[in-house]
Amino acid sequence: MATNTQIPVEVPIEDQRAPVIEPGHTFSTIGEKVSNIVMKRPVSLGWVFGFLVMFSLTNMLLMAMGYLFLKGTGIWGITIPIGWGFAIINFVWWIGIGHAGTLISAILALLRQSWRNSINRFAEAMTLFAVACAGIFPLIHTGRPWLAYWMFPYPNSMNYWPQFRSPLIWDVFAVSTYGTISLVFWFVGLIPDLATMRDRAEKPAIRRIFGMLAMGWRGSARHWHRYETAYLLLAGLATPLVLSVHTVVSFDFAVSIVPGWHTTIFPPYFVAGAIYSGFAMVLCLAIPIRAVYSMEDFITMRHLENSGKVMLATGLIVAYGYGIEAFMGWYSGNTFDSFLLWNRLHGPYAPWYWSLLASNIFIPQLLWLKKFRTSTFWLWVISLIVLVGMWLERFIIIVVSLHRDFLNSAWGMYYPTKWDWMTYIGTIGMFLTLMWLFVRVLPMVSIAELRTLLPEAHVHEAEEVHK
Amino acid sequence: MQIFPRNSNAIARASLIIVAVVVGGLGWGVWELERTPYITNVGVRKPQPVPFSHQHHVTGLGIDCRYCHTSVEVSSFAGIPPTKTCMNCHSQIWTNAAFLEPVRESFRSGRSIEWSRVNQVPNFVYFNHSIHINKGVGCNTCHGPIDKMPLVYQAASLQMEFCLDCHRAPEKYVRPRSEVFNMRYEPPGFGNHVDFNGTTYKDQTELGNVLKTQYKVRSVKDITSCNTCHR
Repeated sequence: MATNTQIPVEVPIEDQRAPVIEPGHTFSTIGEKVSNIVMKRPVSLGWVFGFLVMFSLTNMLLMAMGYLFLKGTGIWGITIPIGWGFAIINFVWWIGIGHAGTLISAILALLRQSWRNSINRFAEAMTLFAVACAGIFPLIHTGRPWLAYWMFPYPNSMNYWPQFRSPLIWDVFAVSTYGTISLVFWFVGLIPDLATMRDRAEKPAIRRIFGMLAMGWRGSARHWHRYETAYLLLAGLATPLVLSVHTVVSFDFAVSIVPGWHTTIFPPYFVAGAIYSGFAMVLCLAIPIRAVYSMEDFITMRHLENSGKVMLATGLIVAYGYGIEAFMGWYSGNTFDSFLLWNRLHGPYAPWYWSLLASNIFIPQLLWLKKFRTSTFWLWVISLIVLVGMWLERFIIIVVSLHRDFLNSAWGMYYPTKWDWMTYIGTIGMFLTLMWLFVRVLPMVSIAELRTLLPEAHVHEAEEVHK
Repeated sequence: MQIFPRNSNAIARASLIIVAVVVGGLGWGVWELERTPYITNVGVRKPQPVPFSHQHHVTGLGIDCRYCHTSVEVSSFAGIPPTKTCMNCHSQIWTNAAFLEPVRESFRSGRSIEWSRVNQVPNFVYFNHSIHINKGVGCNTCHGPIDKMPLVYQAASLQMEFCLDCHRAPEKYVRPRSEVFNMRYEPPGFGNHVDFNGTTYKDQTELGNVLKTQYKVRSVKDITSCNTCHR
């Protein structure tokens, strides 16, 4: 007698994890859900309030910059020996944050990681806005920003090229290339979605605006073919940038002879730190956005957990970097290097160094536990801590290395002024203002790429025939 | 549903060319504009308190540059003559000329005549006349045909590309020291020849290289280093 015995089936690991898109969606529900945030959703009081706050902060940035242009960089806390203060700290911090967007959109695209499809759009937007914030700092720290174009090699009446041996010029190229490629990549990725928006728009003016941006996209096979080719090429172009941009940024320090800067670990450790802080920012934005705009179907726990894992991995690389720095302080036998280590641990900025270790290394170890990785609250808190930690890391690298130089007579302390803080907080305001506008003006997740995640998008002709 | 008329495609394609032309045109415009007298003041005669004519004094009377610009061989500054230098002659000739009244007034009162400066490099440029004179750079190499100027105007742009043109290849411009103040000096070449130390030179580069060695002009690397001029 046959009994209905339950054969224990091993569930594949793939199915144990949360899906990249919740079941029950079709091509049209995705388009409707995403485009409705822009087209149908009324502007809420909360959005307006948040926007006003962020916009005021942006204006604070403009005021701080206006006063800076009038008075010069003397209004900042920088002085000798700490000639690089908040401006460079914030520059490195912001440009690092941008890296997650490029990693998600380029490297994960080449590796065909389908989970990137629902977070790449706003991660790329985040990259663009972070690069915009980053770009402000080197520009204004030159002291005479109206002459900043001198850094570009253009035919000039001086008959002179910029100093190509200077890492600061490499920075100009790294950051401007990065900004350009990120913008083009983002826009190319947007084209099919802009066409969807055009087709769904009801007001003629809106339809025309999206229509112009969509550049005549009709979704024909030829369009898709060219689009895929262009996207792949851009992903290929952007991939080396993930590594090169922050490597070049690290050269600003590594090619100098200042103890704490003069180290070969800097390029890989900066790149890992960049991706670390970038994913922290992705989570910081994704968690509230998915809650407010009910995007849980598209930005699932899988995405959050994966981002947490990337943070854990890159965080460990960063920890290795700190470890090597400390090891070299001892192993080199160099007085200045070992003093640097001692000074970090016991000097006047020791509390900040310990906070840095706590927030970049110790606390993120909680991500080993699934409980923390799958809790939106904890993920959000840890991301915030990592963002603070990565800012502190740049503070330690720049200020602590400079404030105890080779000569005791050249020692000093760094005290940021209110203008430093206004500029820094102002860029956060600017970043969030742009994010605020972005979520209401453009589809914040890629409709076209989300659709490819659906079972309908996968044609299994051959299998059907055999059955 | 059509949002755009058929010709939008043509407009979209044309816009690519238009953008390239506009951006290129703007770049070219700036390139040209920054070299016009509007920016550089080349050829612009400035009004002076006394309409002093270099043409008359140099070509007409044959006065040497150094009669008035006394410190040009030994100092960074060529020197603007004091009123007394003018009065050496003008206490005797043209004593009643109306347009020389500011000179006499200056002599009586002791207040300097306020000439308006024509050739000026920015404050961040260190320029020294004496080194140029002593290495064989002629006055008119930078100042142009002063001997033909009724009112002085700036002859060269004095932009950095002008300075570097010579600093990168001094042999193109240097001349024997004895010819530095000769406003009618013609460099060798095009049938013209110049004698120096008993040798006749038919080619400027040839002469220039000899002079560079003779006058110990420092290497191009030295004289194009940033801190040669931006100290």
